[in-house]
Amino acid sequence: MHGAPLAQIRSTLEDPRLQEAIYKASGRLMDHRRLALDPTELPDFEELRAQAHLIKRHTIENLDYYLEQFEARLKARGGQLFWARTGAEVADIVLEVARRTQARLLVKSKSMTTEEIDLRERLAPHGLETVETDLGEYILQLAGERPYHIVAPALHKTREDVGELFSRRLGVPFEQEPEKQTKIARRVLREKFLAADLGITGANFLVADSGAVVLVENEGNVRLSTTAPRIHVAVAGLEKLIPRAQDLAVFLKLLGRSATGQALTVYTSFLAGPRRAGEIDGPEEFYVILLDNGRSKLLADPEKRQTLFCIRCGACLSHCPVYRKIGGHTYPWVYSGPIGAVITPQFQGLDEAGWLPFASSLCGACGEVCPVKIDLPKLLVELRSEVQKARSRQGENRFEKRAFRVWAWVMRHPRVYEILGMMASAAASGDESGDWLARLPAWVNRGPLAAWASQRDLPPLPERSFRQLWRAGLEARER
Amino acid sequence: MPRVSLFVTCIIDQLFPRVGVAMCQVLKRLGYTLDFPEAQTCCGQPAFNTGYCEEARQVARHFLKVFRDADYVVIPSGSCTAMITRHYPELFAGEPRWREEAERLIPRLWEFSQFLLEVARVEDVGARYDGVVTFHDSCHGLRELGIKEGPRRLLSKVRGLTLREMDPPEECCGFGGTFAVKFPEISGGMGRTKLEAIRRTGAEAVVGIDSSCLLHLRGVLSRAGLTLRTLHLAEVLAAQ
Repeated sequence: MHGAPLAQIRSTLEDPRLQEAIYKASGRLMDHRRLALDPTELPDFEELRAQAHLIKRHTIENLDYYLEQFEARLKARGGQLFWARTGAEVADIVLEVARRTQARLLVKSKSMTTEEIDLRERLAPHGLETVETDLGEYILQLAGERPYHIVAPALHKTREDVGELFSRRLGVPFEQEPEKQTKIARRVLREKFLAADLGITGANFLVADSGAVVLVENEGNVRLSTTAPRIHVAVAGLEKLIPRAQDLAVFLKLLGRSATGQALTVYTSFLAGPRRAGEIDGPEEFYVILLDNGRSKLLADPEKRQTLFCIRCGACLSHCPVYRKIGGHTYPWVYSGPIGAVITPQFQGLDEAGWLPFASSLCGACGEVCPVKIDLPKLLVELRSEVQKARSRQGENRFEKRAFRVWAWVMRHPRVYEILGMMASAAASGDESGDWLARLPAWVNRGPLAAWASQRDLPPLPERSFRQLWRAGLEARER
Repeated sequence: MPRVSLFVTCIIDQLFPRVGVAMCQVLKRLGYTLDFPEAQTCCGQPAFNTGYCEEARQVARHFLKVFRDADYVVIPSGSCTAMITRHYPELFAGEPRWREEAERLIPRLWEFSQFLLEVARVEDVGARYDGVVTFHDSCHGLRELGIKEGPRRLLSKVRGLTLREMDPPEECCGFGGTFAVKFPEISGGMGRTKLEAIRRTGAEAVVGIDSSCLLHLRGVLSRAGLTLRTLHLAEVLAAQ
């Protein structure tokens, strides 16, 4: 389809090693989630989902109020808030903070928002070294790649891949045991933490009533990134707001379970403002940068704004049979899987990313697992309709559009429909071989028919359609 | 007995008439009077799922006109049933007259296995099928209509039949309507992955409630040179 990266799709499909890595890792995430959400573990899962959806809807529909409340509470705790429209503005703010505080080394925890704006790459030319401290992200930084999956960024890397990468980039002997690899990374990163001037994190939630940034993680690197350096900067999309600290009781129950099957992640940090008198740790300065980057555009549409409810658990990716086939890097932006297919066209435009909503069998697995009940299949269908409208305006889908017009006309004229069916049946008559399609004249066997036949056989067409059998008196025809 | 109007779907009408015949046999065995409104064609789903809502509406209006006066409409497809019961109301969000028309019809409209269990209230339709089969949960039936245990209950009453579940049980076969031809490699890849799950069961046939999934699976099986059969639930229930 127009715009789709066919070469990348094919190379992923045809790489058995990569396919195995994706299926194994995403399969593990699915298994863990299923166990964690077993009714004996969490009997009120469906109620929690419904509640989470309502809280998000309420917050997004009253975002102006909660943003102001968050800002006021954050300031009252000694933090500072910046508003950024774009990634470039985020980078400018970080550079300004770094310049003023003479920071040179930045340690960073995993954050999709900073990936979205290529923050590391934006800072590098200004002499700032930014080190990823999440193990998966660190692996990808060494490899020069972007995340493959929202919660398991290095999901596509086998232990051998990581062993080779460490040996090549860090000059250590090849090591393929994950525990030992972790020790290698830990040794490098520990020094970075201790030397770092500034810690950059994302935010899983911004709590309006307490001005707090909430972060969940498993490795302790967020804790270190936010306590060891003098300065902490959290970069968050403005949809991360939730009204009250007590709402976390809903979201924290859902997030870990949906993402990795954990009842709770290993660490949950509540950070509100810089270190206060008498406290033994925490940064001297505390900043939150609120990023728009296209989000406010989505607020206008009452249906599509649910895209902003996403809490980045990654469950829709792990459960998506298309994601599992084509992998995270085939998607044109950092957001992959079903949520990526919904976010990317809305943020980046229908021209470049218009193929994404079509790259789905609409199986609905994504909507079924979404912990905040984003109706992903519905959004995919809606976006398809928008893409078609945009293409119609530019005359890009002329053939397909006309074909569907003719099709709709035929479907309203049962006699014509029947005659066309009889003609097709006659064309394929008596052929039991299954490859009758291939022997049709080339001007017929193209487009959708050829696409069908590229993967599968067509059954021999029956001599008579059901309606003909019915008319002839079914009884006589019954086998 | 109320009259049952059959909507056999375009795929079954044109490609698998024997599935329609099988459905007739089962319903007749239960004593229903059957009716086949000959003006029927398609529910409009292909256009809807490809983003052509106006074309989908045209076909949907035709469908609603054809089945307006039916006591019951029975459909041997989860996907087409879901198109009507779940998506017609939203498709006609801006056309109250047609939306009402759809909403009046929807309570009388049933997917085949649901009709057997919830309206006819039978589990044992007197079928016999000797063999080991696996069951494919087609996505729209499963996730939009909640069809999961129903077909299994019906199959459990078929004499001679052994059901072996797939692992993973609920992953899409990759058909996806126009997705199958817009992204043939992905669709084919998904089909071949499904095929492996089917093969691992050791079953000699895969049974489903949607001939569209079965068309795709059958094509993938045939391309792989496998002799596994694909059967619609109606065909199994009609067998004696």
